[in-house]
Amino acid sequence: MKLRPIAGVVVRQFYLMRGSPVRILPMFAWVAIDIVLWGFITRYLSSVTGNRINFVASLLGAVLLWDLFTRIMQGVTMAFLEDIWSRNLLNFFATPLAISEYVVGLVATSIVTSLLGLAVMLVLATTLFGLSFLSLGLALAPFLLVLFLFGIALGIFASAMVLRLGPASEWMIWPLPALLSPFVGVFYPLSTLPAWMRVVARALPPSYVFEDMRAIVTGHAFALEPLLGGLALAVLQIVLCAGFFVHVYRYAVRSGLLARYSAESVS
Amino acid sequence: MSNREADQRPMRLDTTPVLRVTDLCKRYASVVAVDRVSFDLQRGEILGLLGPNGAGKTTTINMVLGVLAPTSGTIHIAGVDLARQRSRALARTSFAAVYAALPGNLTVQQNLRVFGLIYDVRDLTRRVESLLEEFELQRFRDTKCGVLSSGEQTRVALAKAMLNRPELLLLDEPTASLDPSAAQVARARAQALARQGECGILWTSHNMYEVEEVCDRVLFLSRGRILLAGHPKRLPHEHGASTLEELFIRIAREPLDAGVSR
Repeated sequence: MKLRPIAGVVVRQFYLMRGSPVRILPMFAWVAIDIVLWGFITRYLSSVTGNRINFVASLLGAVLLWDLFTRIMQGVTMAFLEDIWSRNLLNFFATPLAISEYVVGLVATSIVTSLLGLAVMLVLATTLFGLSFLSLGLALAPFLLVLFLFGIALGIFASAMVLRLGPASEWMIWPLPALLSPFVGVFYPLSTLPAWMRVVARALPPSYVFEDMRAIVTGHAFALEPLLGGLALAVLQIVLCAGFFVHVYRYAVRSGLLARYSAESVS
Repeated sequence: MSNREADQRPMRLDTTPVLRVTDLCKRYASVVAVDRVSFDLQRGEILGLLGPNGAGKTTTINMVLGVLAPTSGTIHIAGVDLARQRSRALARTSFAAVYAALPGNLTVQQNLRVFGLIYDVRDLTRRVESLLEEFELQRFRDTKCGVLSSGEQTRVALAKAMLNRPELLLLDEPTASLDPSAAQVARARAQALARQGECGILWTSHNMYEVEEVCDRVLFLSRGRILLAGHPKRLPHEHGASTLEELFIRIAREPLDAGVSR
């Protein structure tokens, strides 16, 4: 794997963002809206319950983490969709660019844009609503890492879906985080879920993040083992999703789908 | 014999064909798009790939570019097997085609820099500047490609195709959207590049005048098969036609009954 071709993929995204406020704004706008909305909801809930439950940490913290995950996943897919929208796949894949270099370039772009989004989220949540996330210090790192890794895995999976099903399938990838959110228990313990949903939850790394975060907020001991399990699961899923992307790419090269992508021929 | 005088070419030690296509086939279910196509392209040579629409020209080019896998057969670029060492083979290749415009939302300079990085071009800033000058694109350097005229976009695509100093250059109807003057300049540049002796060019065009002027050799494809091969000026007379265009029309209309040998 060479660094300069990967840099080419990242620099392309940088050029696009630099000259386009409409690309930069969504990196901050939606997370800011979510933080403000949920910030006031938590304030209201805290006032009606007489501050007996720490809603700021449990609800606003959960929103922040979920938004971060969504941002990462969309960071990968948006970078990929830029190549779909500008019909650039043929130009890119007729070069020495290896498929692994291309995917790493998409992921690197997403990491940079997500970190910018995370910084805005933290500033807003801390200054406006007193969420003291940073007080967790390094303990926060494994939680963020799991969400980063799973966001990357889902982003690669979603990009592979669009590559396989054609440009019109783009709408299918946007609701994916919302589809997963009931299973991972963003706002409630997994014990709330029926048994079959808990089985699904166990396969989703964010479940371990939110369960552990709730334990910390409610004053229980921090359980490292489940989080490590979630971490291992997320790494495995990245490998599987990258394998899926390569599989779809090879199919596209074999079937002619890549050479005539705009025809949306999926047969 | 070539259109150019043989003694104009520099002497080369490397005699490996820059492109060797052997028994190339592509089938889509029951449709045979390319059928046992074999040819070599030498350094310093411009080879015309001719044929009616749907003959298999673009399918062949897509396979050489690695974006379409052959059903069977092999492709070697400067001796490197494309199927086994894709990146190494494509590092020596480049292309420009009317159907593969560069991203319109990047400027000319940005596009050249992005593809320069992808091709791992050394001393990229200097290379980009030199191409902007060579293709008279300096005044468009900060213009987004999407707002350029089709002729200007073609010049950008040709500049991008030269970024990595390719040994194999695939030009799929490169002058289709150029005015006669710009087309003549593009042809002259391609000929000059081939004359340096390092690069072989595979050229497709429906302009038979252009093919006669530019190509050293032509292959006629029809229904995925090579029907004829030879010198663009002698081939028509060898097959009872007065011009290349007349021969083309005959083959396009009666590809299997033209009475021409392979």
